[in-house]
Amino acid sequence: MSKNVKILRGTSFKFGDDISTDLIAPGRLFHLRSNLPELAKHVLEDADPEFSRKVKPGDFVVGGKNFGLGSSREHAPAIIKLAGVGAVLAKSFARIFFRNSINVGLPVLVCDTDKIEEGDELEILLSRGIIRNNTRNIDLKFNPLPEVMIKILNDGGLVGHIKKNRGFNL
Amino acid sequence: MGKTISEKIISEHAGRSLKSGDISVVDIDLVMSQDGTGPLAVSQIEKMGFDSVKNPEKSIFFIDHAAPSPRRELSNSHSVLRNFSKRTGAILSDVGQGICHQVLVENYVCPGDIVIGGDSHTCTSGALGAFATGMGSTDIAVGYTLAKTWLKVPDTIKVNFNGMLNEGVYAKDIIIYLIGKITSDGATYKAIEFGGEVSDRMDMDGRFTISNMAVEAGAKTGIFNSDGITRTYLEKRDRSGCFKSIYADEDALYEKVIDIDCRIIEPMVSQPHTVDNAIPVIDLEKIMVDQVFIGTCTNGRLSDLRVAADILKGRKVAEGVRLLVVPASKEIYIEAIREGLIEIFIESGAAIQNPGCGPCVGIHQGILADGEVCLSTQNRNFKGRMGNPDAFIYLSSPATAAWSAVKGYISDPREAG
Ligand code: SF4
Repeated sequence: MSKNVKILRGTSFKFGDDISTDLIAPGRLFHLRSNLPELAKHVLEDADPEFSRKVKPGDFVVGGKNFGLGSSREHAPAIIKLAGVGAVLAKSFARIFFRNSINVGLPVLVCDTDKIEEGDELEILLSRGIIRNNTRNIDLKFNPLPEVMIKILNDGGLVGHIKKNRGFNL
Repeated sequence: MGKTISEKIISEHAGRSLKSGDISVVDIDLVMSQDGTGPLAVSQIEKMGFDSVKNPEKSIFFIDHAAPSPRRELSNSHSVLRNFSKRTGAILSDVGQGICHQVLVENYVCPGDIVIGGDSHTCTSGALGAFATGMGSTDIAVGYTLAKTWLKVPDTIKVNFNGMLNEGVYAKDIIIYLIGKITSDGATYKAIEFGGEVSDRMDMDGRFTISNMAVEAGAKTGIFNSDGITRTYLEKRDRSGCFKSIYADEDALYEKVIDIDCRIIEPMVSQPHTVDNAIPVIDLEKIMVDQVFIGTCTNGRLSDLRVAADILKGRKVAEGVRLLVVPASKEIYIEAIREGLIEIFIESGAAIQNPGCGPCVGIHQGILADGEVCLSTQNRNFKGRMGNPDAFIYLSSPATAAWSAVKGYISDPREAG
């Protein structure tokens, strides 16, 4: 992500541990999977019914441990991104969700989210690995992404990577 | 230094020796998706500028999650998969054939394979000694078009199920017990290798149940050795040609080894809303059930149906309880009819549905009402899973499910006698 000097700014929406893909993109809305903008109106609905109405472009979803556990549905990170969320922060992520997020170009950052509360104003310096909590006046560090994932993110996701290289170039 | 099963299989497919932590692009043997993840994979394939799949005979689309379709939007998604398979020669497993993971192990997966699937329970195939893992639609799209993926070789946790199984205790109980112990992220990013006397003696159906739920502890895959039991399974299916013996080396390096004495394990349930919220049935207060569901890629196999039918034979489902039975594949369904199991279910008051995922993921065929309780043999009880976030899902073995359907509340199958 070294090329990425972007600073992300937004407000924190805090969720608990074990936010499953069923809470993010419920199975009962299976029929909307071919209509992502419509599905995005229900993002995280079963965890916080008001979320999709409250969230503004650039805001952050902040979870506890094992964020995104459950099914392989890529629709989960895709609609979080589509809802305008700038990044997801959590203490840890489930494997498939993490990989899917990179593939769709949604930054997912592992950090100590106990230091972030609902409504905190955050600034994220992606290239420097720093999350600035301006409400609490503290800086948090996040783990750097593996090299392979940075390459994919820099190509705008996996589709972009394959298109550009006519195959893998990792 | 010796190698774990994952290190062996991934090295072979990368064409060089790899150890845990290494990242490599690898060739894959099988790639699949289902009606929830396949349509997005198809549109990603098109976005990459392709309109073909690399190995059509190793590329499969399953229509199993909402099969037959309960609504127009899904019917249109199904059309996308049917048309794309027809155009590219990819295999289509359509309505009535069964759940992707079951059809895969019956007909396609061989020991030593790398299998990637657009479904988190792709790890089920690990029971055959394959490296099988779930991914999202974009990774799967790339798998279809290039027959390659990138993998990080995972660290491995070795789980030894030692001793023997108590009466009334099945593969489902010991995997729920394990997840209760190590929690829902206890194996995140890791492979689990299952060993110990109980695993070594277990039939393939039991092994499938256990590998299926490895992902409920966050694991990338859950692998068994391929041994004599694997060979017999493949022989019975006229697939002995693809048998290969797969073992870890004696001196393989594990991140940790967990030894479990199965003699202390009793019939278990997972309570709402997480799989690791595990408790022995006898420690549970009296929980009345509205719906009992026997089926899925976890426990919709022939031996599961036999155990359930054995309990339901000559008995009736309690008043006010709906019992749903869904065989995991067409083949299982036919055999269950031949053996008279289906008649036993119907006589007891059950409703039988066509092979597929049934009500597991909350799209159709048994959505719960507000406040209702379901006891299910599936692998996941997350809030909203069965179509209603205001309902409560408990998970158990088919024996516990069948006996609870008779009693009307969650009950210990050892009482069934
Ligand atoms: S049966 Fe349930 S868990 Fe298995 S593949 Fe179908 S929806 Fe997924």
